[in-house]
Amino acid sequence: MPSSSSVSRNSTAGGDSNVLDQFPAGLRVLVVDDDPTCLMILEKMLRNCKYEVTKCNRAEVALSLLRENKNGFDVVISDVHMPDMDGFKLLVHIGLEMDLPVIMMSADDSKSVVMKGVTHGACDYLIKPVRIEALRNIWQHVVRKKKREWKDIDTSASLDDVDRKEEKQAEDPDYSSSANEGHNWKNTKRRKDDEDEGEGEGEERDDSSSLKKPRVVWCVELHQQFVAAVNQLGIDKAVPKKILDLMNVPGITRENVASHLQKYRLYLRRLSGSHQSGGNTPSFFSTPDAGYGSISTLSDLEIQALAASGQLGQLGQLPGQSLATLQAAALGRSGYSKSPISVPLIDQRNIFSFENPQSRYGQVQNRQGHNGNITRPMNLLHGIPTTMEPKQLVGMQGSFAGLTSQGLIPLTGQSQSQSQTQSHVSRHPVLPGQVVSSPGNHVTESTGNRFQLRGSLGIPSYGLVNNGNQIQTRPLQGADLTFDPSRHMNKNMQGQGGLNVLQHNNYDSGQKIGGNKVIFSTGEGSGTHVVDNSSMLKAEKVNYKSTFCPEEYSQDDLLTAMFTQQQQQEGIGQGENELGLDWYSLDNLPV
Amino acid sequence: MERNQMHRQIANTRKSFFDQGYLDEQFIQLEELQDNSNPNFVEEVVTLFYRDSARFLHNLDQALEKRPLDFNKLDSLMHQFKGSSSSIGAKKVKTECTNFRAYCNAQNAEGCKRTYQQVKREYTTLKKKLEAYFQMSRQVGPIEMACRPR
Repeated sequence: MPSSSSVSRNSTAGGDSNVLDQFPAGLRVLVVDDDPTCLMILEKMLRNCKYEVTKCNRAEVALSLLRENKNGFDVVISDVHMPDMDGFKLLVHIGLEMDLPVIMMSADDSKSVVMKGVTHGACDYLIKPVRIEALRNIWQHVVRKKKREWKDIDTSASLDDVDRKEEKQAEDPDYSSSANEGHNWKNTKRRKDDEDEGEGEGEERDDSSSLKKPRVVWCVELHQQFVAAVNQLGIDKAVPKKILDLMNVPGITRENVASHLQKYRLYLRRLSGSHQSGGNTPSFFSTPDAGYGSISTLSDLEIQALAASGQLGQLGQLPGQSLATLQAAALGRSGYSKSPISVPLIDQRNIFSFENPQSRYGQVQNRQGHNGNITRPMNLLHGIPTTMEPKQLVGMQGSFAGLTSQGLIPLTGQSQSQSQTQSHVSRHPVLPGQVVSSPGNHVTESTGNRFQLRGSLGIPSYGLVNNGNQIQTRPLQGADLTFDPSRHMNKNMQGQGGLNVLQHNNYDSGQKIGGNKVIFSTGEGSGTHVVDNSSMLKAEKVNYKSTFCPEEYSQDDLLTAMFTQQQQQEGIGQGENELGLDWYSLDNLPV
Repeated sequence: MERNQMHRQIANTRKSFFDQGYLDEQFIQLEELQDNSNPNFVEEVVTLFYRDSARFLHNLDQALEKRPLDFNKLDSLMHQFKGSSSSIGAKKVKTECTNFRAYCNAQNAEGCKRTYQQVKREYTTLKKKLEAYFQMSRQVGPIEMACRPR
């Protein structure tokens, strides 16, 4: 894929360009060990590997360093036994807050300790004394992680492409107008994106676009228009045709609106439902059910991590509108939730009250959005693992400050307080060069369009990537991440070979509602889509999740919640963003 | 020649460290890290080790004075000390540390104290040997140190 390197270069992640340009030389390593002798030796070894080394003898200092330089490091190597903080705690923090690969070290090679490393998300475990050979290949962990991230981004990106293309092709209500997709997308994207990151998206998209019908990406602005139209009509009377007319946005079809409307309704239901429940966080996405249990956990952890890291500076300031923004973003971005996530229906108390179109959503499990039905913590965030705990979402909210610009209707009255995260924070990974497609050129290209998770925001590293069915959080470098479900998987932002076919399949198969069973197995992890994206929990969270043993952290309030959460979820692993709601999956439902 | 003799002597001394089990492969790793930009790397690391590890010994001394013995703490201290020792390749020291920890696990106070003395003995012996070795090496020049028989 062309432009994969350009994508990386353009990525706002500081380290990316370094890493990719001379890779692996210049890899920025942070090594943490309280033993000065070991530290000195490691430093020298890493220098000899041509890596850029920063050494640190205290975990707290290391965390500060990481927080201050969000994209300043590519990989962290940490000792397990340290006086000021347990190495595993540091590992988890890093995974949640920065989503960097972390390698653990110890003289202790007992199986239990090594297992702990695995369960806590370490991407590798070195036994001391460490040999230089062991350090030479640590770059693989960085690449692996980035590869996963890119895959996620790719999906969303392709979504964007499709959208763009549609717009450019103009008023073509036909979904299958994909003839010039590739070409158009490129142009479209370039035009649209030029103020954004660059053409990473456009370049990549051009090839396989022609295969599937273009997908509209509901960027924030577009969603705002949609919501405005719906409000104007009254939720009960809001029919796709009328909404479409009111919106007056070229390039989207009635079908687009219809499917979006379905999702929106579900979302609202969930909002009202969870809102009532208090503890639940209304989010765009239904709680992942069975299949996705794990997904949400990550988000919870992440949020907590974010909170812990103090990244939630913006939280308190987010107006209710940000939620809406996020929501919009989430809507726009929602890809295909993969799984059998039931889309809980939430009472529309807050904003709209419309009946629960159960018939439509075959898979919707909750009826009428009663909170009661929502037994699990619902983080109905688009693309966000639904099981986010309220407080966890808080972090997310903070990070989505960027979205507030959209001024979306605050769908949920959720307070942004830490105690309850109702944010539907849609963590949209922001990919550099990713343009959130907003149908119709009129949509401003401002960042507002995209759900950007700016690195500066609380959640720098979490980007929601909608890989078709799932929305996962991905580390964001401040780029906009547009989901390009399925079809455009191939349009990797970074030239990824293309997300796995699964995504395509998902797309083709239509949309699975919320509970898409299709789990993208982008080949990376298990079948769950989340796996791919789960870049959240550090390291190869995916692999470790299921065996996560939170007991270690039971004492730690922050971690406890996280882990407990995880425990609740099965298959925690990916946790990232299991969306219960698959916007596009509703397409085939009668409107 | 004297210089050659010195070289041979240094080489032999060095070899004896390995043969007698004072040092292991990790020491060679350190030697390999030594280069023009860090011509005295090995010596610097060893010096740092001895300086830093003194605190472990001090803490262990104190912990062993307590009654009753806190085996967990002793084990933890020794674990760190062991990790540090192993990083410079101090093989015998490392072995004694392992023994010490075994006694800790067995909650054997006598065994702990006894092996602790052995740890200290090995630690001190190695220190002297290495000091002499580095001194010799400095006399012949750092480049000699970098070479090692393959």
